[in-house]
Amino acid sequence: MTAKVSPVAHTPGIRRRTGLLTAAGALALVTVAACGSGGGGTGGGSRDAFHPVKQTGGALTVWVDSSRMPAAKLYQQQHPSVKLNIVSYDGDANGSNYLRTKVSLFNRTRKGWPDVVFSTQNNETTWAVDAGFTAPLNKGLIPASTLSGWAKGANDPCTVNGTLYCLRNDLAQTVLWYDAPLMKQWGYQVPQTWEQYQALGQKVAAEHPGYLVGSAGDSWAPELYMWSSKCGANQITGPKALKVDTTGPNCTRMASLLDTLIKNKTMSLSSVFSSDFDKNQAGKILMLPGPSWFGGALFQGTFKTPAHRIAVAPMPKWSAEADTTAGNVGGGTWLMSAHSTNLKAAADFLTWVTTSDDYQGKLAPGYPAYAPVAKDWLAAQSSSGYFADDIAAPLQAAANQVWPGWGYGQFSQEAVWAATVTPKLTAGQSIVSLLPAWKSSIVNYARSNGYKVTE
Amino acid sequence: MTAHSPGTGRATAPGTRRALWPGRSGQAFVGAYTVLLVAFGVVPTGYAIYFAFTDGGGNFTVLSNFTEAVSDFRFASAVGHVALYLLWWLVSLVVLVVGLALLLHRLAATGVSRALRFLYYVPGALAGAASVMVWLFVLDPTVSPAGVLLRALGFHTFGEVIAPGHLPVLFTLIAFWTGAGGWIVVMYGALNNIPADILEAARIDGAGAWQTARRIQIPLLRKWIVYMVILAFAGGTQLFVEPQLLSQASVGVAGRDYSLNQLAYDFAFQNNDVNTAAAVSVELLVVGLVVAGVFVARSGFFDAD
Repeated sequence: MTAKVSPVAHTPGIRRRTGLLTAAGALALVTVAACGSGGGGTGGGSRDAFHPVKQTGGALTVWVDSSRMPAAKLYQQQHPSVKLNIVSYDGDANGSNYLRTKVSLFNRTRKGWPDVVFSTQNNETTWAVDAGFTAPLNKGLIPASTLSGWAKGANDPCTVNGTLYCLRNDLAQTVLWYDAPLMKQWGYQVPQTWEQYQALGQKVAAEHPGYLVGSAGDSWAPELYMWSSKCGANQITGPKALKVDTTGPNCTRMASLLDTLIKNKTMSLSSVFSSDFDKNQAGKILMLPGPSWFGGALFQGTFKTPAHRIAVAPMPKWSAEADTTAGNVGGGTWLMSAHSTNLKAAADFLTWVTTSDDYQGKLAPGYPAYAPVAKDWLAAQSSSGYFADDIAAPLQAAANQVWPGWGYGQFSQEAVWAATVTPKLTAGQSIVSLLPAWKSSIVNYARSNGYKVTE
Repeated sequence: MTAHSPGTGRATAPGTRRALWPGRSGQAFVGAYTVLLVAFGVVPTGYAIYFAFTDGGGNFTVLSNFTEAVSDFRFASAVGHVALYLLWWLVSLVVLVVGLALLLHRLAATGVSRALRFLYYVPGALAGAASVMVWLFVLDPTVSPAGVLLRALGFHTFGEVIAPGHLPVLFTLIAFWTGAGGWIVVMYGALNNIPADILEAARIDGAGAWQTARRIQIPLLRKWIVYMVILAFAGGTQLFVEPQLLSQASVGVAGRDYSLNQLAYDFAFQNNDVNTAAAVSVELLVVGLVVAGVFVARSGFFDAD
């Protein structure tokens, strides 16, 4: 469950807090060992019929991460009559499992659930539905006319057997970010195919050593590169069924491209949010494939790249293929508690926070998943004058190019990659040689989470 | 708290009372301790044992939770990690703590001793998780105050420092830094309890510093050392905070599923399987008890002096 999604979740400050929360989690473990009650199996199992608890109203408890705090505050400002209890937590960033741990404790004590939760993970439904925590949203709580506004496929991670259990906050489609003035100065063309991309990487290595065409040091490297190359490492074929293929041609073509560029040092092996990258490499980026939130969160926020430098192009495609395919790195979700005594107010908050122009269109750091406000968000980005070019067209196009063959399982693909592939990459092994180990690690984690795996 | 202040208004009482109930204050202290021990030690342990032998529905399962834990793909490697860490941690603890305590004792005459004792103890003043956080920065060459040293050793990025093979040593460093100071102070206290005339006699017989330490001081410290090893072993098998925080800080690159306690945590909260998690805890408890038993029996820990 390591998907970080939310941009800011990787700054050291948040990391530190995540750590402390983990310590709190450790305490929680002790507590559970001490006072857990019976059932080690699933919690409620309210999957079939939803029976709301007695609606007694009262304060609405909302859990948000620090990046979503302005949303909750703005809602409070615009709705002074609603009694809001805003709680800041780590947003489950980096797979902290905080929400899941807490819900499992609340399920034991039968109280304490928040009414609305933001999570930086988009696979929360894989456990939250079984735990009986999430309320079904498309069964009367939120009108179908509103729900039809979400971008195509955006709510797929929230849908279980046709029932919608969460709302997607933002999309995280991948694109190719690049330094436009530098490209022009050096007389390079933005690559349209991965073959051109690799050739340009080799050229940069020879002509401008030290400059980067990408980074493969983050745990989301598989989502960035393997997903957009249509590598079938994460094909969720049923509620508890997974098909894993990491050694097919779609995987090896990308792996060997990455190996070539890692070898000539134009592909960094440091996380883009690491202090090392920030200090030594952030000023030497020619190109950087990355999700939509890289623009605001990474270039503008973390690297403080000057204005009028960064531009966006579509992800490269393979020359043998007709269409461009994109990957996806996160995109948070909003969940509503099935235990809420104030479902109406919770639904109102949920609707506002995902669809309002005041927040999603103007304030939100990521590309809104609700299509009507996405246009306003893009317009706001353009009018900010930060980017070198109009970023709207490629981002909008990429929103529909995300390859649907990569699923959302109960375990984190990012965590598997981080633990299995990254340390060996750092030690000098090639990605191609690590593909079989990557596969067996995915298979192990999938099986331990109860998946039936086919290879 | 409870010692001898029973009836506030009864001025005559103390002397008589002490005679009537000798050791009353001791019993009160032990009583309070016992309440806490039962609430936070015995009951949870009993509960964990109950969980370990039952399934989600409360049915008795014999050993199936244990076999499930042991057959998990992460179990064997976690045992290996913890064993390697324990080796590093216990050896360095015994050698360095005893060595530093002896050094402190020799320096006792000078003012340096007091400053050193304070210095050793300072890291212990930070709560466990907070002191690990300090290390996450110390180990990152880009921001570390010891960055020069790390780079001199050939490490240029955090990823290189936390390579899998380095972890037992890193965790030992962290654990030593956070936990050894207290033990040094304890050993120093124990050394001060060795009667001066014994040391005097040794000196008259011509024993130097090394011989005094080897033939007089260390043998007399033996029970303290055994006590330290028992507690350090039990603590070490429960390795959790260090790898868990490192795993968070490295975004899962190092330290994930590293120790048995992390595995138990994953079982409980990742797989929603408290029973298997309890089985892992019970295994750790049994190992800790057996090792403590062996050490106590072999060292004559409870023999009267």
